[in-house]
Amino acid sequence: MSNSKYATLMLGITVLLALMVLTALCLGRYSINPIDVWNVLKAKLVGEATPDEAMHNILFLVRLPRVAASLLIGAALSLSGAIYQSIFRNPLISPDFIGVSSGASVGASAAIVMGLSLQTVQLFAFTGGVLAVLLAASIPKLMRNSSNLMLVLSGIIISGFMDAIIGILRFTSRESDQLAAIVFWQMGSLAKLDTAQLFSITPPILAALILMIALSWRINILSFGEQEAKTLGLNVTRLRTLAILCASLMTACAVCVSGKIGWIGLIIPHFGRLIGGSDNTKLMPLTALLGGAFMLLIDTLARTLTSAEIPLSILTGLMSAPFFVWLLSRNRLKVL
Amino acid sequence: MSIEIRKLHFSYGDHEVLRNLDLRIEPAEVLSILGPNGAGKTTLLKIIVGLAKPASGSIVYDDLPQERLNLRQLAQLMGYVPQMITPAFDFRVIDYVVTGVAPHIGTFERPGKTHYDKAMRAIEEMHIVHLAEKSYMQISDGERQLVSIARVLAQEPSYILMDEPTSHLDYGNQLRVLQIIRRLSESGFGIVFTTHNPDNPLLLGGKTAIINRRGELFYGNSLELIREDVLSELYGIRLTVTSEVSTGRSICYMPSLAE
Repeated sequence: MSNSKYATLMLGITVLLALMVLTALCLGRYSINPIDVWNVLKAKLVGEATPDEAMHNILFLVRLPRVAASLLIGAALSLSGAIYQSIFRNPLISPDFIGVSSGASVGASAAIVMGLSLQTVQLFAFTGGVLAVLLAASIPKLMRNSSNLMLVLSGIIISGFMDAIIGILRFTSRESDQLAAIVFWQMGSLAKLDTAQLFSITPPILAALILMIALSWRINILSFGEQEAKTLGLNVTRLRTLAILCASLMTACAVCVSGKIGWIGLIIPHFGRLIGGSDNTKLMPLTALLGGAFMLLIDTLARTLTSAEIPLSILTGLMSAPFFVWLLSRNRLKVL
Repeated sequence: MSIEIRKLHFSYGDHEVLRNLDLRIEPAEVLSILGPNGAGKTTLLKIIVGLAKPASGSIVYDDLPQERLNLRQLAQLMGYVPQMITPAFDFRVIDYVVTGVAPHIGTFERPGKTHYDKAMRAIEEMHIVHLAEKSYMQISDGERQLVSIARVLAQEPSYILMDEPTSHLDYGNQLRVLQIIRRLSESGFGIVFTTHNPDNPLLLGGKTAIINRRGELFYGNSLELIREDVLSELYGIRLTVTSEVSTGRSICYMPSLAE
């Protein structure tokens, strides 16, 4: 894809995303028309008194944080998917398929059951995620089989194991609010979003995102394979470790706020490659934007379709599974 | 300015592949490596570029032992063209070739116009301009081999090591790669390549190293070393090396299919 085409594509998606944000701010149990939304936002921006106190509160305390969280979480999960796929040279993996999301959920659930603070929950989630990915990557090594299939299988094993541990936590937790929190962790939701949480995950996600985009050209070289990358002078171990840490940090931060959301980290990078090519210098920013847009769409549907909130994994699963079958049938994924 | 390999040993488990091997690689010289399947030709190349660690022995580049150089410095000194490349993701050929400049630019830097120009010149040199915009996954193995050589040209190392660079190529492209090898050596590059075809070193001249099944290495001028008796023993079949009067050079052929 040429640079000018890419610029046009990114601009188009950004405009679309802006419209989606505006729409999402209007929709909800208490619907606000776009002109009022605009007036309230403008008043806040120029520092005037707000035209409507109730609208102001809904927008700034409820909807805007939720929209921001969707964008951030969607970008984080999709970008980590693209990174894992590149560094493991395997288009079939994603944060949820390789066990990172489950590992992070275990960490977070454990911290919650122990009644620990917000920062500790995040730290536990990150540790759980990194541990899961290290385990998943070490099984193929133990088996001396580095095929794509083996890594996918190993991800399934680790995810299954982590899910079992969550099951144990769920089974043993006596208090109903803990139980509800763990169930929420398994299906993903932004219904209980807390602005303090949003502020605490924003800096690490943005830092990892910027660092990875800055290194995206080197990650291209890493995706050619370890030997090629070494003979081009790359410090493969260091770059791969950094990429795994950044991707796991982004996934863990997302999981902390929204629980486990399936599929998005697998299909959004594929969708990005389909429209923009495999070059990570272009794919990574594109994937982050697309992921944010997709998550915003899903979350807006989740809170407006029915009177009760629909768990996010249900919607991502319903939408992504057919898309993935279509991808496979187009033979775009000759990988196993 | 040379690469010196001293008393090199390498084994896979109990199986000793390379045995007490000494070799010197000079700039502006072609070194062909001949040997039967499994003799350790690829292993030797990998050890020289730093991809495999020998059991013992030393490799010294321009008086600097290998351990003293980091990967980036090694990549500025030596380029490696692997035998087979299996891509996992789709890239344009030009985007692949430009990665050759990686050892010359900063960690956070991306290739700019000058680097793309350099990649394009390498592509022109390989006569594959028609492939430049194509997808790297959809070209043939042979074309990928040419693309891979173009990348090593963009890398501009002092030495270029190629693992069977002609193995996937048709007759015309084999000759083209041999011509490029000669041209590169004439312009100062040191070239090391492995091959299964004794005619390659006979055509190119230069030096030849023969690795036999016992992991021993014989080294000499190609035209003196490649003799009927040496080749027949090396491959375990009867081979004929004769001088072709019309071209004035030697060729190697299999005399008959009879036992």
